[in-house]
Amino acid sequence: MFWQLFYTYLKIGTFTLGGGYAMLPLIQREVVDRKNWINEEEFLNMIALAQAAPGLIAVNSAIFIGWRVGGWRGVCGAVLGAVLPSFLIILAIAMVFKDWKDIPAVEAAFRGVRPAVVALIAAPLFKMAKSAIKDKGQRTKDKGLNALFLLVSLAAALLIWLGHVNPVWVILATILLTLLVVDIVERRRR
Amino acid sequence: MIYLQLFLSFFQIGLFGFGGGLAILSLIQMEVEQHGWMTQQEFVDIVAVSQVTPGPIGINCATYVGYTTAGLWGCVLATFAIVLPSLILMLSICKAYFWLNRHFTGNPYFEQTLRMLRFTVIGLIASAALMLIKPTNFIDTVSWIIFAVVALLTVLPNFAKNKVTDIISHPILLIVLAGLAGYVIYA
Repeated sequence: MFWQLFYTYLKIGTFTLGGGYAMLPLIQREVVDRKNWINEEEFLNMIALAQAAPGLIAVNSAIFIGWRVGGWRGVCGAVLGAVLPSFLIILAIAMVFKDWKDIPAVEAAFRGVRPAVVALIAAPLFKMAKSAIKDKGQRTKDKGLNALFLLVSLAAALLIWLGHVNPVWVILATILLTLLVVDIVERRRR
Repeated sequence: MIYLQLFLSFFQIGLFGFGGGLAILSLIQMEVEQHGWMTQQEFVDIVAVSQVTPGPIGINCATYVGYTTAGLWGCVLATFAIVLPSLILMLSICKAYFWLNRHFTGNPYFEQTLRMLRFTVIGLIASAALMLIKPTNFIDTVSWIIFAVVALLTVLPNFAKNKVTDIISHPILLIVLAGLAGYVIYA
């Protein structure tokens, strides 16, 4: 089982560019459609869990499926398979990158790439905000809460950007704030 | 000492990295900046490399920072440290899966906190982008043109979803094209 999971995740890890979310359709094809290790419903539950838990989504999903399919050995195989391709590729790049960067042509290319990277990080924000507000299956009727949530995400961005606050504190503070607000709302409802 | 610092930093990044890939960037950025492990330019470069190589961005960054600060063992350690919180938490979740499902589904505290975190993650990603808008990354008008074009092409499928927009909005293609543009203009 170790090798089967290792090989499957190695394949997934090697052929997905762009990280976690890009991996999900491939994981579905391999694990649900081809190997029948888990069914469709379990897969959807797995995605929800992998997203809700902190950490890398690809690794989280590897742990979940590894555990369901092969226990401890499965977990080790799946995680190693998911991590190894990017580890080895980046290691190879890190070994030569320092020398590469002294080549004027490479530095010129990276001058063009840097603003593109910033755009790639910033551009999906609007879509994410839209889907976070529209999120089905949750209590979205509560307009007050939605407004508060948007305000908090704005505050989070400003605190980190201008205030240089560590994101860890921002995350902890928002968790506490949400618990507090939900507590007040729940008490009033009763 | 550097090993301990690497371990603690990347363990913390793994532990608080809600929302995956892009959301983790601001955590990594803060850590490498505070420890002086990478310049801002180096950080952007490695994010660019991550976008065109396979695998999760978090692993790519951990491996790169680990190697450049403490060699081979450093990169093994940093990669292990970023995965470790996931291992502990996800295995606990798996073991308590049915119990958690019964007690936490529909629990307003739990569900609203998860919902709130989705919004916080948006803030984290925005801050990562904002922190990178600096003269070292935006050296002249051309930089802003590249930024605008890439941003427009990336959001294009939201307005017109078809095969053509899917292809021209692909991050790998956009990074390669931006690199070519940089080479032609600056070399």
